[in-house]
Amino acid sequence: MKGNHKKFRKLFLSTLQLSACTFGGGFVIIPLMRRKFVEELHWIEEEEMMDLTAIAQSSPGAIAVNASLLVGYRVAGIFGALITVSGTVLPPLVIISIISLFYKAFRDNVIVNMAMAGMLAGVAAVICDVVITMTKSILSQKKRLPVLVLLLSFAAVRFFGVNIILVILICGMLGAADMFYHERKGNGK
Amino acid sequence: MIYLELFWSFFQIGLFSIGGGYAAMPLIQNQVTDTHPWLTMTQFADLMTIAEMTPGPVAVNSATFVGIQVAGIPGAIIATVGCLLPSCLIVMTLACIYYRFRGLRIVQGILSGLRPAVVAMIASAAVSLLCLSFFGQHTLSSGLSGIDCIAVSIFMAGLLILRRWKTAPVYVMTGAGIAGILLYTIF
Repeated sequence: MKGNHKKFRKLFLSTLQLSACTFGGGFVIIPLMRRKFVEELHWIEEEEMMDLTAIAQSSPGAIAVNASLLVGYRVAGIFGALITVSGTVLPPLVIISIISLFYKAFRDNVIVNMAMAGMLAGVAAVICDVVITMTKSILSQKKRLPVLVLLLSFAAVRFFGVNIILVILICGMLGAADMFYHERKGNGK
Repeated sequence: MIYLELFWSFFQIGLFSIGGGYAAMPLIQNQVTDTHPWLTMTQFADLMTIAEMTPGPVAVNSATFVGIQVAGIPGAIIATVGCLLPSCLIVMTLACIYYRFRGLRIVQGILSGLRPAVVAMIASAAVSLLCLSFFGQHTLSSGLSGIDCIAVSIFMAGLLILRRWKTAPVYVMTGAGIAGILLYTIF
């Protein structure tokens, strides 16, 4: 029991620390987690960590939360998952709470206003960079369907105001159907 | 009642934001500025800026921020739980399938279909942010007269630095903030 206690504390503190230092969320946390749990603590095998990453990416929601849940579950069951998820969520929850309590007073300040205007242009650049990188990787597949889906869903969302959830559902089904079709064709030959 | 609405909105955001990273952004915009009058577009842009400058996933940051603005600390907790719940349930299910069958072929198919759509939706949200940054409250239709040249130059410089040197976003954001203070003071 004493050993378990120590393990839970280590799990909580590790995820807390990882989450508090990961800016922007997303993929950044995966290599950090790998270093901690695979190389440092030897709680998870290298290959299994890659599979867990794949699951975290294929599920909806934040990758950081999904990955820490899987690590916690793998190391210490449901209770472990609960611990790692709280460890991951707590830092942003506290930081954002503090910021948003001061947000209204902040926002009326002239200097803060100027900084926010500059940072808005910055965040637009960051997101455009992400879009360019992702579009490039889709174009490099050299398949027609993904490009068509990209253009059509952009037009649907941007110009025709189609509900986003509807677009996601349709494209998901399209992807599954496409995979089955190709598998059929592959087997037929 | 407001708690239930918050919970349901962020439950949907958590359930449909597939693809990680910025995939949640268009859904959040849709829920908190279009479906519900919780934030103005300017507040939403502030939220994205704050989320980028602080650690933690965008969806969690947004849930906390919107929850507090709309219904205080309890609202923040309820919205955050709502956004985490669907992914936790699905991840656990997938983990069980994985340990049993060691294969996720249908999931991979769905994912490959979704990827281009996710890019398109992020691009659409990016256009909204760009319009707000370049034209302020005006929309594109008000013409090029109200264009904010400082914002355009910061955007161009930021994008160039990101593409050329693969700099971490947080440095670009910090630089953009400092540049904003300097340039808007001078001009």
